[in-house]
Amino acid sequence: MSEISSAESELIGGATRQFLRRRAFWNRFAAYWLLAAALVSVLVTVGIVYVLVTESLPFFNQVSLVDFLTDTQWTPMFENARYGVMTLVSATLTVAGIALAVAIPAGLALAIYLSEYARPAVRESVKPLLELLEGVPTVVYGFFALLFVTPLLQTFIPGLAGFNMLAPGLVMGIMILPYTASVSEDAMRAVPMGLREAGYALGYSRFRVATRVVIPAALSGITAAFILGMSRAVGETMVVAIAAGQNPNFTFNPTEGAATITAYIVQMAMGDLPHGSLAYQSVFAAGFVLFLITLTFNLIGFFLRRRFREAY
Amino acid sequence: MQPNLRPITRETTDVSSAPGDSNADLHRHQESVPLPHGNRADVRKLSFWYGKTQALKEVNLPVVDRKVTALIGPSGCGKSTLLRCFNRMHDLYPGNRYDGEIRLYPEDENLVAIDPGLVRLRIGMVFQKPNPFPKSIYANVAAGLEVRGIKKRSVLDERVERALRHAALWDEVKDRLNGSAYGLSGGQQQRLCIARALAPEPEMILFDEPTSALDPLATAKIEDLVQQLAGEVTILIVTHNMQQASRISDFTAFMLMGEMVEYGNTDQVFTAPEDPRTDQYITGRFG
Repeated sequence: MSEISSAESELIGGATRQFLRRRAFWNRFAAYWLLAAALVSVLVTVGIVYVLVTESLPFFNQVSLVDFLTDTQWTPMFENARYGVMTLVSATLTVAGIALAVAIPAGLALAIYLSEYARPAVRESVKPLLELLEGVPTVVYGFFALLFVTPLLQTFIPGLAGFNMLAPGLVMGIMILPYTASVSEDAMRAVPMGLREAGYALGYSRFRVATRVVIPAALSGITAAFILGMSRAVGETMVVAIAAGQNPNFTFNPTEGAATITAYIVQMAMGDLPHGSLAYQSVFAAGFVLFLITLTFNLIGFFLRRRFREAY
Repeated sequence: MQPNLRPITRETTDVSSAPGDSNADLHRHQESVPLPHGNRADVRKLSFWYGKTQALKEVNLPVVDRKVTALIGPSGCGKSTLLRCFNRMHDLYPGNRYDGEIRLYPEDENLVAIDPGLVRLRIGMVFQKPNPFPKSIYANVAAGLEVRGIKKRSVLDERVERALRHAALWDEVKDRLNGSAYGLSGGQQQRLCIARALAPEPEMILFDEPTSALDPLATAKIEDLVQQLAGEVTILIVTHNMQQASRISDFTAFMLMGEMVEYGNTDQVFTAPEDPRTDQYITGRFG
């Protein structure tokens, strides 16, 4: 476009040529500027990974990987410190599992309703409402879990501890629900109308079309939605730090309190740990594990999403 | 526009409710039941609106049993709209309205006034673009059987094979029934869709320009198939292609701007049309 042959340039007046030159300059300027903006986020990500790896390497010089992965005690502040990260991972996965147990059925039901049943007017008003729910600060959800849901659950689960994994799990399920429902709904709406018509033409009811035609066709997108929701639940900090307690505890029992990876990191970051100490480096090791878990889920979600885009 | 001729007016209900005890109704169309005038259906003064836009204007059309009736006409003439009235596809979208009747025999019911789910259990459809489900070939053909309460594996196997043989697809897919339907070519996918429509043994099958997305070879196969099926099932086919209509249909209806201009034996419509507009259309002067 910017190349102008000499024959052409003779036809173009000086003012026009100047205009073209100026436009070419601004085009290039905008391109570099946008590239720089994009590079910042890439550099930050690379920086985070670099810090996680370099800070946790010295940790693994002192704690063997086998102990790290098999020990069931996490006591960095004790005289005889032990670093069994599975203690934190068990709590992380338990809370995330409860969250998914809430978000998958409810999110799927909501997505089916919005995509297959709701009139356009209803859909257009419910979706912004869901996005509003996404905007609620997580600290609010945390106190909601601690001060409302836990006492409520204690009325019919007598043995429930004040800090427990059940309440934050349930609340987190509600928290990720808008996200999973909205992404699943996008996947369902991407299913071509022709497939739905084929189902109806066979005599299917609306519910049968939703469950036998639309969900199977959108399955990879729906799975991606829930995997991304899972990765959000795993990385969520505030709700669990507030309502699940800060006590590392190797358990999958939701009525007990236990610190998740994120809760441990918050706890350590708020205390004053001597820089370079083993406990200080354990924060980075735990962070690295968290990073690997969410990265795995994000990658699976990413590939599934790409597959569902190519499906039709 | 519509004077006081109003037998039945219905708003589209937007919900295709599951049919209740419809299974009993399904097979009551036995070969022995006499059909009045040999017609499977009669369209009588049918008007249709997309919202406020009238797409069909008091259309009349007989659909002869176990024959091929072709609907022809230029784009936007309402031929697909009329076809989609037969299985109430318009009910899926809010704001559409029917007025008039499509009598379905032998029960002599007005099919635009009964439950759409019930209608669709009796009248199958093949669409313009092949639209198999993202499932196995077997599951696609069986899709219409399970909803009709056929769940026994041996019966399913038999019906799936019969439908695939009917659709001239069996030999090509018998070794990969559990393979994805998306692994088939466009023409094979369309024949799979025909098998899917045939498997429940409907009384009538609607074809909405079934070959417009296919190459000439695949088109020829579908045309052969439609002609073979004609002896067993009533066929209503919309086509853009006049040669196709003249090749495969027994009766032809020519529509223009939402009106039925002419209906008759295909030979007669193509060689000696009564209406000058039909003559102009088939000789290629417009459309």
